[in-house]
Amino acid sequence: MNTSKISYKKPLLETPFHERTSEHCYANDWYRWAGYKVAKEYSSTELEYTSMRNTAGVIDITPMHKYDIKGEDAKKFINKLITKDITNIQSNQVAYGIWCNEDGMVIDDGTIFCFNENHFRIFCAERNLNWFSDTATGFNASVEDISPSIAALAFQGPLSCKILNLLKVENIENLKPFHFNNYNIENHNVTISRTGFSGDLGYEIWCDPSQAIDVWDSLFKFNRDYKVLAAGMNALEMVRIEAGFIQPNVDFMSAEQALRPNRMRNPYELGLGWLVNLDKEYFTGKQALIRHKEKGPEKKLVGLDIEGDKPAVGSVLYDNSKKNQAKEIGIVTAAMWSPVLKSNIAIGFVSKEHYKLGSNVYAEIYHPEELDYRKIWAECKVVKKQFFNNPRRNETPAFT
Amino acid sequence: MNKTKYDVAIIGGGHNGLTTACYLAKAGLKVIVVERHEYVGGAAVSRELHPGWTYSNCSYVCSLLRPEIFRDLELSKHGLQIIPYEGSASMLNDGRFYAHYQDHDLTYRSIAQFSKKDAEAYDRFGKDVMRQCKIIKPLLKMTPPDPTSFKPKDIMGLFEFAKYFAAKDELGGLGEKEIYDTIRFWTMSVRDYLEEYFESDIVKVHLAGSAIIGTALGPYSPGSAYVLLHHYMGEVDGTVGAWGYSRGGMGSITKAMASSLKSNNGEIKAGSPVSQILIKNNKSYGLVLENGDEIYADKIVSNLDVKRTFLKVVEEKELPSDFYKAVKNFKIRGSSGKLNIALDDLPIWKSIPVGDPAGTGDLHITQNIEEMEGAYDDWKDGKWSQFPYVDMCIPSINDPTMAPQGKHYMSVFIQYVPYNLANGGWTEEKRLEFGKHVMNRIGNYSTNFNDIINHAEIRTPKEIEAEVGLTEGNIFQGELTMDQLMFNRPVPGYAQYKTPIKNLYMCGSSTHPGGGVMGAPGVNAAREILKDLKMKISTHYI
Repeated sequence: MNTSKISYKKPLLETPFHERTSEHCYANDWYRWAGYKVAKEYSSTELEYTSMRNTAGVIDITPMHKYDIKGEDAKKFINKLITKDITNIQSNQVAYGIWCNEDGMVIDDGTIFCFNENHFRIFCAERNLNWFSDTATGFNASVEDISPSIAALAFQGPLSCKILNLLKVENIENLKPFHFNNYNIENHNVTISRTGFSGDLGYEIWCDPSQAIDVWDSLFKFNRDYKVLAAGMNALEMVRIEAGFIQPNVDFMSAEQALRPNRMRNPYELGLGWLVNLDKEYFTGKQALIRHKEKGPEKKLVGLDIEGDKPAVGSVLYDNSKKNQAKEIGIVTAAMWSPVLKSNIAIGFVSKEHYKLGSNVYAEIYHPEELDYRKIWAECKVVKKQFFNNPRRNETPAFT
Repeated sequence: MNKTKYDVAIIGGGHNGLTTACYLAKAGLKVIVVERHEYVGGAAVSRELHPGWTYSNCSYVCSLLRPEIFRDLELSKHGLQIIPYEGSASMLNDGRFYAHYQDHDLTYRSIAQFSKKDAEAYDRFGKDVMRQCKIIKPLLKMTPPDPTSFKPKDIMGLFEFAKYFAAKDELGGLGEKEIYDTIRFWTMSVRDYLEEYFESDIVKVHLAGSAIIGTALGPYSPGSAYVLLHHYMGEVDGTVGAWGYSRGGMGSITKAMASSLKSNNGEIKAGSPVSQILIKNNKSYGLVLENGDEIYADKIVSNLDVKRTFLKVVEEKELPSDFYKAVKNFKIRGSSGKLNIALDDLPIWKSIPVGDPAGTGDLHITQNIEEMEGAYDDWKDGKWSQFPYVDMCIPSINDPTMAPQGKHYMSVFIQYVPYNLANGGWTEEKRLEFGKHVMNRIGNYSTNFNDIINHAEIRTPKEIEAEVGLTEGNIFQGELTMDQLMFNRPVPGYAQYKTPIKNLYMCGSSTHPGGGVMGAPGVNAAREILKDLKMKISTHYI
C-alpha cells in the first residue's frame, strides 16, 4: 500500500490486477473490499458462477488480509490465538482456524500457512493487526501486516488443475488439499495452495505484485478450448453459500466489531465446535469455551433447504406452519437459489428447539414482484450447511 | 405595565428556553419568553457584526440538537437545515496533515500513514464509544431520578436507569465488562482512555480535542473522557457522532424555534432584561423587568445558568442556605475564547490541498497531548495558552449564506483562555493581544492567512459572559464532571428541573443532561412542567 499517494479523489486502492480486472469488468460494477476496488460483477454473475462449477473462474482476492508471524515462538503464539491445536502441523500445510476473544466469542476465521516452525502466515477476512499484536505479547513472535506485498488470485473450478497442468506447473495435480508449495507459472515463481471458497477443486495463487498481470494472463491462455472467466464478488458469494462457508459480519458479527454484546457468537453456535480443542493448553477463550460447550448453544447457524424457488433473503424464521400461531425462532443470514443444486438454500440461525438436522421451520419470504411483495410462508428443512461438496474437491491426484 | 397573565414566563431566549416554550405552547399554554437582547438565541445566534458577513459568533457547529426536537417543532418548516461535515484535519508542524473523511476507507488510509495499528484501532475505538453513546442516549431523555427519594416516581426512575444497563434489546445485553467500561469512561482522563487504543501522537491529540472543548479540564484530568462522549452523542441524519453546520449560522436554529413558538401563539418579549423574579410565600408569581414592568405567570422557567438564576434574579433570603451554598459552589469556569474572522479569500494551508474535504470541517494545529496539557497549564496560571488548542472551521465553504461571494467566514474556538487574567486582569489591549496571538499561531500553518483578514471579533470569557450571560463565559452552563451530572446537576436534590421556590423551574444547560446545542434540558423541563399541570407532552422524544 502506497500511503504517500493518498488523495480524496481516490478513496479506494487498486489491486495489482486492476489493469485486467477493469478491462474485464464490462458492467463497471465495483465492490469495496478492505479499501480496495474489486469487481462485483464483470458481465454476468450467472456465467461467472457457472465458470467455477464448469471450467474455472478467476477471482482477485488480493484484498485478503495477510499477516506474517515470525520468530521461535511463532507456533506457540498461534496455538494461543486459535482454538484448535496445530502442534503437529508440518511445513507446507495449511490449517483452517478460528480465534475467539476471552469470552469465547468468535472474532474471525482464517487459513494459517506453515512455512516452517518459525514462520507462519495468516490469511483472513477482517483486519486483525491489533488483536494479533496484543496476543503476541510475551512471545518471541513478530506480527507484520504484509497485505499489500502479495497479489492473490483464487482459481476455482473443475478444470483449475487441468489448466495449471497445461501451463506446465509441475506436479500440481499431487498437491493435497490444505497444502501449498512453490511453483512456476511461465517463468514466474508463485506460491500455490489448494484452498478456496468454492467447495470444489480449486487453488489460490500468491505472487509478487510485479508478476500479477503475467500470472493473470497465463490463467486465460487456454480460453479457446476451456473458457475461464474472471468472476466477481457476486459469483463468489454464490459458491461460498453452496459450500457452506460462513463470513464474519455477514453470517455472524465479529466479536471485535459487534456493538451489541448479545450479537457475538461462540464457535458452537456457528457450528464450528469441531475447530475447538479443549484438551489443548491455555488459549484465549478456553475457560469460556468450556462453559459454552457445557451449556450448549442457545441457537445455531444451520443450513436450510427451503421449499419453492424464491430466495429467503433476510427472512425471519418461525416455528409453525400456521402463521397466526407462529413464534419467531431465528433469522436467515444468507440465501440463494442454487443453480447447481436446483434448490432454494439458505444459512441461518435457528434456536435450540429447532436446530437438530431434519427439523422443520418456516420462513416468511418477502418476494418482490412488480412493485409489490408476495409474502410466502415457506417450509424449511434444517440440513448441513455444506450444500455442495464435490468429491473432486479432495481427490489427489487432482482431476486433469 | 403588561396586564396579561401568562401560564408560563420563560427568562431567556436561548435554545433551551425556546425549546421549553415551544413544547408548552404546543400543549396549549399561554407562554411568553422574556429576552434581554433585541434578538433571541442566547449562545446559538447568527450575527452580522461586519457588513456582509454572518458570524455564528458563539456556538458554531451542530450535532447534538436532538432530531426528535427538530421534528416535533417542525424546525425544517421554520427554516432550519443542517449541512453535514465532509471531513476534519489536524495540521502537523512537519508539513503533513492528519485527516478524517466521510469515506471510511479513506480515513483508514489517512490514519495508516501515521500508524497502521491506529488506523485499525480507530474502528475499535469507534465501536466502544458508540456503545457508550447508546448507553447514555436514553439517559439524556430522562429526568434524573432522585436516588435518595422513596417516591414511586423516583424508584421507578432508578429502575429505568438500572434497566438500561441490563437491557437485552436496546443495548444488546450489556455484560459486566461493558458496565465496567462505562464507569471507567465516565471517570477517566481522555489521555488515559486514548492511550488504551492508539500509539500515534497526532491520532490521540486529534481525538482528544472533543474532550476539552468548553471545559476547565486538561486531557490528563480525570473526567475529561466523559466530555468526549458528550460531544459524540450527537448525530447528523443517523450518523452518530457526526457534526454539521446549521445553514445560515447557529442562529438559524433559534430563529426556527422562535418561529415555531409563534406559530403556536407563544410570545417573545425581546429587549427586556429581567431584574428579579417575584416571590411570595416561597412561591414565584412573576417577573420584574429592568424598566420596572412586571409580568405575571403561574410558572416561571429560567433558561439562565443556575448561578445567574439564584445569585442574580432571586433574592438570597428566599432560598434555603444549603441550596444557596451549593449554587455558589457550582463549578462554572470560563476557559474558552472565540474569534470570528471575516476573510477576503479562502485560506491556503501549507499542508492541506485546496479542495480537499479535510479542509472543510474542523481544523486543528495541536501536535500532541503534552502540548494540549501545556495549554491547560497556562490557563491554571491565569494566562491564555501559549500554544492554544483551536477548533476552527470555515462554514462559508459549505454554507453559501455566510459571506459575500468569494469571501469567507472563519470561526475559531480557543481553549484555554482564563476568565480572570493574572497580572492585572483583562484590558482592551490584552484582549487584542490575545486575538493577535491566536491569529499568528494559525498563520504559521497557512501561506496567506495573515493577508486576508478583513475583520476579526475577539472574544474572551469576559465578552462571552457579557453578551450571552453565561457565568464566566462557560459554554456548558457548568462543568460536565461527574459531580455535576445526572442527579447532581445542577445541585443534588434539584436535578428534576425544579427549584426550592414553588412554581420556579430551570431549563438551561445547567440542568441534566448539560450543555451543547442539544435542547434536551429544554424538552425535559417542559415535560416536568406539564406533568405538574397534569398535562402530557406531545413528542417523538420519549
